[in-house]
Amino acid sequence: MIVFAILAALTVAGSLAAVLLRNTVHCALALTGAFIGLALLFLRLDAQFAGFAQILVYVGAVAILVVFAILLTRGSETPATGVFSRTWFAGLVVAAGVFAVLAWTVLHSAVALPHEFAAPQVSVAQIGNALMGRYVLPLEIVAVLLTAAMIGAVIVAMHEKPGKYEKKEAN
Amino acid sequence: MTPLAGYLLVAALVFAIGLAGALTRRNAILVLIGIELMLNAANLNFIAFWRYGPHPEALTGFLFAVFSIAIAAAEAAVGLGLVISIYRHLRTTDLDEINRMKG
Repeated sequence: MIVFAILAALTVAGSLAAVLLRNTVHCALALTGAFIGLALLFLRLDAQFAGFAQILVYVGAVAILVVFAILLTRGSETPATGVFSRTWFAGLVVAAGVFAVLAWTVLHSAVALPHEFAAPQVSVAQIGNALMGRYVLPLEIVAVLLTAAMIGAVIVAMHEKPGKYEKKEAN
Repeated sequence: MTPLAGYLLVAALVFAIGLAGALTRRNAILVLIGIELMLNAANLNFIAFWRYGPHPEALTGFLFAVFSIAIAAAEAAVGLGLVISIYRHLRTTDLDEINRMKG
């Protein structure tokens, strides 16, 4: 329970800092902390494969991608007009309402939730068998999706040649 | 409080924080960070229900979370590519200033 409390505090503090800090690079660092906390929570839930996949994909790839995007867009400069949008109060109210409903539901259904179960013994061989057997179709679809997303991201972010709009502006 | 309820509360808190970030920040990259936090909170729910649910050997929630991680990676790549493209076009990532779709 103490380990869970520490990991939960790390995760929540990381996500709060990622959302609240003014400097965008600090936000990306705090986001990495939140991802690491979530990966440790996965490990605590006996989901070793998902925990290490989380570290590889999120800490290793997504966080680096976010830092790249920040540096490529000069997003690290704090704007003089503030970092929160004009409608920040409405957004805060919506988020607080969502959390209130979720927390109320969890706390009121706590008696119906399953209690202690023995830790499931899952080997990587079992995961591989499941991926190649029952879940082979989703696996192939994810492969196609990742290829399409990679090509799409490259095409979207590729430097476009100056079109007629920019030429007109130059004149 | 059962352990499962604790994990569900943490996931709800992270989801609400991510939603607040996506709704209140001006910078488009910070909005994407908020969306990533929401996806991660959903993953935590899947893993927690798999761990404390009745049939963990079927691996259903576990593999759903693994697939969800892969899809979130694709979403992050395309989303950040779009942000870079918009920045190159309009010289800003401030969402309060990006209010027209015409190029």
